[in-house]
Formats: sequence, structure tokens, C-alpha cells
Amino acid sequence: MVKVLIVDDHRLFRSGVRAELGPQIEVVGEAEDVESAVGAIESLEPDVVLLDVHMPGGGGQEVLRRVLGSGAAVRFLALSVSDAAEDVIGVIRGGARGYVTKTISGRELTDAIVRVAEGDAVFSPRLAGFVLDAFASTEAPSIDPELDSLTTREREVLRLIARGYAYKEIAKELFISVKTVETHVSSVLRKLQLSNRHELSRWATARRLV
Amino acid sequence: MVRPLRGRLVAGVAQGAAAQLRLDPVVLRLAFVLLSVLDGLGVLAYAALWMFTPRERQGGPAPGRDWGQVAAYAVIGMALTAFGWLTGASSGGVGTWSIAVGGIGALILWQQAEPGRRQRWMTDAVRQVRRSWIRTGIGLLLVVVGAIGFLAAQGKLAEARAGLAFTAVVVGGIALIAAPWLTALWKELQKERRERIRQEERAEMAAHVHDSVLHTLTLIQRNAQDPFEVTRLARSQERELRNWLYQPKADADATVAAAVRRVAAEIEDEHGVPIEIVCVGDCDLDDGLRAMLHAARQAMVNAAKYAEAPVISVYTEVEPEEVTVFVRDRGKGFTMEEVPEDRMGIRQSIIGRMERHGGSARVRTEPGDGTEVMLTMKRERP
Repeated sequence: MVKVLIVDDHRLFRSGVRAELGPQIEVVGEAEDVESAVGAIESLEPDVVLLDVHMPGGGGQEVLRRVLGSGAAVRFLALSVSDAAEDVIGVIRGGARGYVTKTISGRELTDAIVRVAEGDAVFSPRLAGFVLDAFASTEAPSIDPELDSLTTREREVLRLIARGYAYKEIAKELFISVKTVETHVSSVLRKLQLSNRHELSRWATARRLV
Repeated sequence: MVRPLRGRLVAGVAQGAAAQLRLDPVVLRLAFVLLSVLDGLGVLAYAALWMFTPRERQGGPAPGRDWGQVAAYAVIGMALTAFGWLTGASSGGVGTWSIAVGGIGALILWQQAEPGRRQRWMTDAVRQVRRSWIRTGIGLLLVVVGAIGFLAAQGKLAEARAGLAFTAVVVGGIALIAAPWLTALWKELQKERRERIRQEERAEMAAHVHDSVLHTLTLIQRNAQDPFEVTRLARSQERELRNWLYQPKADADATVAAAVRRVAAEIEDEHGVPIEIVCVGDCDLDDGLRAMLHAARQAMVNAAKYAEAPVISVYTEVEPEEVTVFVRDRGKGFTMEEVPEDRMGIRQSIIGRMERHGGSARVRTEPGDGTEVMLTMKRERP
């Protein structure tokens, strides 16, 4: 049983998500802004927090900053209506383990929560596209080559995610195990979070202004 | 011609004349001030017009004057007089021209500013002077000292150098008086500009929400009995709003990513199946890529019409050498061999078209396992 806290400022949406989640998920609570979210995470100790990006009081990034800054062991899955690169990249770099959009089906969301609870990363096709775009379009000399570029295999995995493949389908396509696919995605997530090239954030912001 | 009472500064002569000549009253007021400096002509003209022009008939008590503006004109007159007197320009000759040219320049500037702002310039100037009276006092002192010194120098020393020095003092004094007013004016203009841009953005947003979102909501209410139509309307509105909010503005006739989005939007609208699009990179369209777009459209139409899948994924990647488009569904799939020879969709519109333009198409499908069409086209070298 995975303990989940739903953080979103729309009550209707919270109850909708609650109703859609599968039996392996237990919703331990709900929160509607940054303050109540931080409080609920401390008192309820959920395994996974479903985090909305835009909220009163600083949004999802503020929750991430305050909770992860205090060293809590909780994992975050961002769930948002926003398609903007700066929101997606921002919340991932803030420490979320995955990003899915609110159009996701209940079954897919349940899978994503279980995956995040197990320590893996969850990429939507859109996020995979952003990562490919961001790592391809920055040509500045990198400080740490290991962190600042994707391996061929990681690129292949991301491409398949962007094409709409599920992890199982990717494994079959590349003749590797699902576990290996998860390892590649987690490695990309680590690069995304740790790569200290500022271009990544700047790319995300600049993308809107083209 | 009549002299109106409302908005008059002295007797309403300038305002009445301006109405007659279809000019801005400020222009005529400044003209009167200017003429007064040149041998007092303006005062005579004003007095004559005052006597011969009847007052406008109006009930009720006469409205008050804007004394701030009166004072501003008076100060301008005095400054011009002092300037003309000191430089000898007002006594005729070539020197007069400097005042005339300066005056005309000022008039043009005034004429270009909008009336409300001009009024504020005048009133604010006086308010500024009142507020920072120490600075103004020092400035005036400098002007007076400068003027006296200038006269002394002309009378006794008659040395050009000293004269210039005192002129500099006079100019310094005037600058000191005017500086805060000018900076305030500049700030005011900047603020106004920012405000205007913000207002334009807000207006654009409101227009957008009004035109499309409200319209769609009305349509949804009207079609509440038809779930397919409601879904289609909601989806198409969502797509439009998303593009407007998050996508870089691009011309759908010019670049690959924008064109793919437009094609997908059209098919979504037509068949009611959502299409998820991911684009990596972008480039300008050329003939080969246009052919690929037609092929991609056909692949999307096939998926929407026959696959019975809940969603279609489209992935476009632009690389330096080539562009690849994947159209994938998790629908029922089919067997290539069983497609009749005469079915134009896949063989002609997709594979044939791509090969004619030097690209390639690959179709992967199995019954029950969905379909994926992969299109690749070399980019034309610019």
C-alpha cells in the first residue's frame, strides 16, 4: 500500500484524483496550499506527494524547497495542467521525481505513483521531449561532461518515451529489461537535477519568448 | 468669435481665437507670450482682442482659473524677457531670430503632445516649484546674481570672458530650477508607457478569453446532450488555449513544428480523437518536408479513423540532417498483406509519396498491437 498526499488548490480535482486511483494506493490526506502541504507532509508522512505546480503561496517549487531542504525522505510526483517548459523543468530541478499532466488516466497515474514510490523516475512524453530539446540545443562548453550530456542509450529511451511508448514496450523494443529502462530514466533525471549548467533553466524560460 | 469662461486663463481670448482657428489654445497662448516679449506686441494684441470680443453667454457663477497654468505662462514670459533683455535679442535684429526659432520649436513640441499631458506639464511644473522651494530659491538667487554680475561686467569691465561666465551662472540657475521638473516628467512618461503596454496585454487576454473560451462554453451548454460533441469542443478549446499560453508563436506555413501541430489539430477536430504532440527542435519547411507533412496527415487520419485507439501520439524530431515523424496508436492494428492493392491510403499517400520525394516510410503494425508509422526526410541544404 502506497501512502499518498494530494496537494492541489482545486477541490474538485482532488476528489476526482482520489476516486480514480487504484486499490494499491491509500490517500492519507489532501492539502490546498503551500502551508497546509508542508504541515501535512510532516504530520502524515506520506510515501508520495502528488504536487500541483501552480498554487497560492509560491506553488509546487516552494513546497519542494521547504520539504526537501529539511531532509525529509518523501518523494514527489508533479501533476499539472501546465505545458510550459519552465514549469516542467523548474519543478523537476526542484526535486520532483516525475512530471505528468492532468489528462493522464487513473490507471496510468496509479502506475506512475507506484513507480515513484519505488524510487524510479516518471517521464511523460512531453517531459522527454523537453529534455531531448534542452540537451540538444545547448552548445556551451560543459563543466562536467558526464552530467551535461546524454548517452546514446539514454537518448534512445527518451525518444521512445516521447513517441508514446510505455516502459515495458521500450524494454521490448531495445531488447533490455524494464529495470534497465528505469535505470536509464533515473540517470537522466539525476543529470537534469544536478547538471549545473544554467542553460537548462535559461533554455526553459527562453523557449516561451521565441 | 466669443471668449469662453470655462478653461480661461486670463480673459479667454486665446481660447476663443483658438476655437475660431481650430488650433490648440496652448499654441496661441505661447504665441501671445512670445509676441509680448518682442516689443510688447502680444500684450497690445491681447488687449485689443479682449476689448472687441464679446464674452460667451453662460448661466451660473464663472468657473475659477487654473492659477498653476497662469503662473507657468507668466514664468515662461519672464524667462523669455530676461533672456531677450540679457542677450539683446528683443531689441530687434538678428538676435530676434534665436527667440523666434526657439519659440517655434517649442510650439511644435507642444502641438505634438496630447492635450491632457500638456496641461499636466504646466500644472506639475508649478507644483514642483512650490514643493522644492529651497532649490528654487537658490536657483533664483543664482539667476539674479548672475544677471547683476552680467550687467556689472557689461557696464564696467565689458570683458567677454566675464560675461560668458555669468551667462553660465544664469543657465546653471535655470537648469537647477528645471532639473527636478524634467526628471519628474521623464519618469512620468516612462511610467505611462509601461502602464500602456500592460493595459494592451490585459486587453489582448480579455479579448482572447471572450472570443474563444466563453464562446466554447456557450456551445458546450447548448450541446450538453451530445457527449462526443462536448468532448470535441472542450478538447479543441484546450488545445487552442495551450498553444496560446505555452507555445512559441510560430507561423504554421513556415516551420515544421507549427505545421505538425496544425495538421494534428485539424484531424482532432474532424475525428474527435485526441492527438498528443511532442516536437524536438524546429526548422523551416521545404518541399520534401511539405510532402512529409501530407504523409503524416494521412497516417494520423488512418489512426483516427480505423485504429479505435483512445489517443494518438505524434513525435517530431528535427536533426541537422533529417527530420523524423512518428505517428503511433495503441489501437487494433492490421496486417500489411491483407490491405487491398487498391487502397490508396498507406501505399500511395504515405509510402509512395515519401519515396517520390527522396524520403522513406516504415509501417510497423500487428493485429492487436497498434500501429506506428515512421517517416524520415532529408533536409534541403540552404
